[in-house]
Amino acid sequence: MADLLVYSEKTQAACELAAKGREFAQALGLGVSAAALGEGAAAAAAELGAAGADRVFVSEDPALEGWPADSVAVALAQIAAEADAKVVLLGSTRRGKELAGRLAEKLGAGAVTDVNGLELEGGEFVAARYAFAGATVAREKVAGDVKVFAVMPKTFSSEGATAGAGTVVTPALELATGMKVVERRAKEGDAVSLDAAPRIVGVGRGFATREDLSLGDQLAEALEGVVGCTKSLADFQWLGEDRIIGLSGAKTAPDLYLSVGISGQVQHTVGVSSAKLIAAINKDKDAPIFQMADYGIVGDLYEVVPAVVERLKVV
Amino acid sequence: MDIVVCVKTNPDPQMVRIKDREPVIEAVPFKLGDLDKNALETAIQVRDAAGGKVVALTVAETNRKIKETIKDALAMGADEAVIVDDPAAATLDQAGVATVIAAAVKKLPACDLLLFGEGSSDNYTGQVPSRVAEKLGVPQVGYARKVEAAGDAVRCERSMDEMIETLELPLPAAVTVVSEINEPRIPSLMHIMKAGSKPTQVWSLADIGLDAGALAPKQEVLSNLAEEQDRKHIVFEGTVAEQAEAFVNALVKEGVVGR
Ligand SMILES: Cc1cc2nc3c(=O)[nH]c(=O)nc-3n(C[C@H](O)[C@H](O)[C@H](O)COP(=O)(O)OP(=O)(O)OC[C@H]3O[C@@H](n4cnc5c(N)ncnc54)[C@H](O)[C@@H]3O)c2cc1C
Ligand SMILES: Nc1ncnc2c1ncn2[C@@H]1O[C@H](COP(=O)(O)O)[C@@H](O)[C@H]1O
Repeated sequence: MADLLVYSEKTQAACELAAKGREFAQALGLGVSAAALGEGAAAAAAELGAAGADRVFVSEDPALEGWPADSVAVALAQIAAEADAKVVLLGSTRRGKELAGRLAEKLGAGAVTDVNGLELEGGEFVAARYAFAGATVAREKVAGDVKVFAVMPKTFSSEGATAGAGTVVTPALELATGMKVVERRAKEGDAVSLDAAPRIVGVGRGFATREDLSLGDQLAEALEGVVGCTKSLADFQWLGEDRIIGLSGAKTAPDLYLSVGISGQVQHTVGVSSAKLIAAINKDKDAPIFQMADYGIVGDLYEVVPAVVERLKVV
Repeated sequence: MDIVVCVKTNPDPQMVRIKDREPVIEAVPFKLGDLDKNALETAIQVRDAAGGKVVALTVAETNRKIKETIKDALAMGADEAVIVDDPAAATLDQAGVATVIAAAVKKLPACDLLLFGEGSSDNYTGQVPSRVAEKLGVPQVGYARKVEAAGDAVRCERSMDEMIETLELPLPAAVTVVSEINEPRIPSLMHIMKAGSKPTQVWSLADIGLDAGALAPKQEVLSNLAEEQDRKHIVFEGTVAEQAEAFVNALVKEGVVGR
């Protein structure tokens, strides 16, 4: 039987793909295979089965250490052949996106990356992704026998998934990589997860110094939210990269996004366009952010933010 | 070290306006991709440290702006340019562009290191570098924020999720860079003047042994429209205290605070 194959080095993302993949597979008369590769693969197998995979191909081959795109692509191409995969769903994490082109090339497949919507229309996949740096949404179809889609994490949910048989398969893989891991070290500093936060305060270059960001922290605290930022502030190393919102950072969908001192260029706003409510504080009344805001205050953040923080204390 | 930097000329995304949900690209200026300039700056720095040559390579449909943008790459410091200029390039998808780049690289006398931007300014698919690496059978590292020559290898640092990684690839190898790797230089007037006399080769698909018919796109774009954003656009006026009052009241009414 032909299969739909799912893979991500992030188990949660892979489970989301397995859950939704099972729906697609049923509609198309396919089985569901998942691949678990590299560190922690064996431990992920049970979760993938529970999320919808009939078969889980597991390998912790040393050539998969650090998930080099070359050896992961070889592994997946061999697994895809064994599972007779017609569709491969990857997680569009940085690693997954890097992998997608290489795997697609091996499979002679068309591919779409950064997919944030995937549907079957008349038995054919239609994928949505941002184009022009986020200004537009392109809907794309892929021709050919095999298709590869790299799907943004959280596009689908694994909640309420129908379990598959989860049979563990140990494929005989022949792997080698040209990439040598010299060192991998954990990042310093606080890790933050923006994609699950219900309220986000976004800070940008309107803040004149790094110290002034304490104003943004106070606002976030008063809103019981977290702080995210534009890429510019991460480039200055005022905040960590995991706080970047936008094209090259997190795509968020909070109940409230409050931007402070952010102009609202499309590479940033693409990361907040799914927010339920968008509010903005900016001293320039013509800043593009106001064109996509529900509520706006035109004013100097150094005056407006303390006033809003005070007022929030008596809510 | 002989370095090939792949650069793409795009309509400047900052200048693309939306009209009736459609992107308006006519009259938008073309320029080198922002991240491609980071890749070029990386190439120049690696060359200056390790010796060798930098070739800027671009694939573009016949269009008179390509010569001007590739001149920017030469002015920045590339030693030579190769333009694969063919009317058929207008319909290529990422697999097609990668096929063309791989064929052009094979025609070059030498290539130890291939550098790319992490994504192009308009498509941002990240597929082209990875497909080229596969076609040429070379190892790859994406998202580098440091690249340096290390003898017969290239050493890269990148930041992935919760990890900082230092990785080494034997040459030849392919690397993509992120914007924080460097600040691309602004060429001086003297360098701009000199750029015109640097060697620039223009090849057609036939020159690199390819046939446009074999490069039919696998992806088809059904539509490309701006999202409909239904926002309230309420701007509060008055004194700062009045603005804060009205703003917080609105948030309470929306149910996002005070529950
Ligand atoms: C390939 C690529 C990918 C990118 N990806 C991302 C991404 O993922 N995320 C991202 O954010 N950016 C990204 N960018 C960068 C993006 O294009 C913008 O440069 C960036 O978002 C601008 O940040 P900013 O709004 O903080 O700064 P600016 O554009 O400089 O805006 C600062 C704003 O602050 C206002 N201001 C100044 N002083 C005050 C004050 N006292 N009170 C109130 N307001 C004030 C100004 O009016 C202005 O509107 C990317 C760019 C490229 C090329
Ligand atoms: N037409 C092209 N000519 C030369 N290089 C390209 C072309 N298209 C893409 N690239 C390179 O591939 C990178 C990623 O592009 P993309 O896969 O379109 O996101 C770019 O940053 C360039 O370095």
